[in-house]
Amino acid sequence: MATSFSGVPIFDYEALASVLFFIGLAGAIARRNPLVMLMSIELMFNAANLAFIVFSRAWLNNAGQIFAFLVITVAAAEAAIALAIVVVVFRSAQQVDVDDVRVLHG
Amino acid sequence: MIPFWIIGAVLVISALWTVTARKPIYSVVSLLLNFAALATTYLILHAEFLAVMQIIVYSGAILMLFVFVIALLNSGIAPILLGRDRVPVAPAAAAALAAIAFVATAIAALHAPAIVPIATHSPLGAVGRGNVFGSIGDFGQALFLSRLLPFEVTALILMVAVVGVVLLAGDLAPYVPTRRRAEQARRALREAILREGK
Repeated sequence: MATSFSGVPIFDYEALASVLFFIGLAGAIARRNPLVMLMSIELMFNAANLAFIVFSRAWLNNAGQIFAFLVITVAAAEAAIALAIVVVVFRSAQQVDVDDVRVLHG
Repeated sequence: MIPFWIIGAVLVISALWTVTARKPIYSVVSLLLNFAALATTYLILHAEFLAVMQIIVYSGAILMLFVFVIALLNSGIAPILLGRDRVPVAPAAAAALAAIAFVATAIAALHAPAIVPIATHSPLGAVGRGNVFGSIGDFGQALFLSRLLPFEVTALILMVAVVGVVLLAGDLAPYVPTRRRAEQARRALREAILREGK
């Protein structure tokens, strides 16, 4: 009951979450486009959320769902601020490449 | 069993497409698919409210923000100039080590004794029924009765984010460059990069 639900063991859900997390990590490391890097970070947030919700379901405890809710909120705030920074950097430098944006004095 | 593997395949393929797509707008579309499949997974796992939040907040708000920013940057004065994608050695090695450690931990956890459920007072029922684990009523009671403080801190974080975005990108910011100042800033950036020997 605690280690398997709907016929799928917890380990399979966790393996799925870790695969999604490391796909996102690889994207955040290897891509140069800041928008795609941000989307990779969102992928990592979602993998962590999936792990939270799987364990919440395994223990039948609401705390994991509430933590995932807080993660969604923080991710929304993070995306808004990061996209604002991308827009400001593009306005001032006319170019968005994370390697060239080393001097962040607007 | 079968739905889990179908959804898992959709999740992994759309995540890979998100990371490898050439144009950011393709990444957004595949990320939309990923979020929809993840919402389905949340429904399977009896997280009804989070499934709805996943669609509304992620697909409705965050991805629309990405689409607007892509449209804004592509319709600007210059196209987005990008260098070649590459893998920096040190972060990639650290990430590989982290992946190995993670897999080892997961395998160790696989051989651990079975977890005993500690909160069985909340029974499990069909999705959509009230007063069962994971229903919206259950979630709301937990959020507003026992965990009200994190919820209020969330409100504070969102307010700070709104103020920060307005200060960063709003028209009232004193340092928003005109096109002439953008040209000056671009030259200064170039000279700074050249001075660094980059």
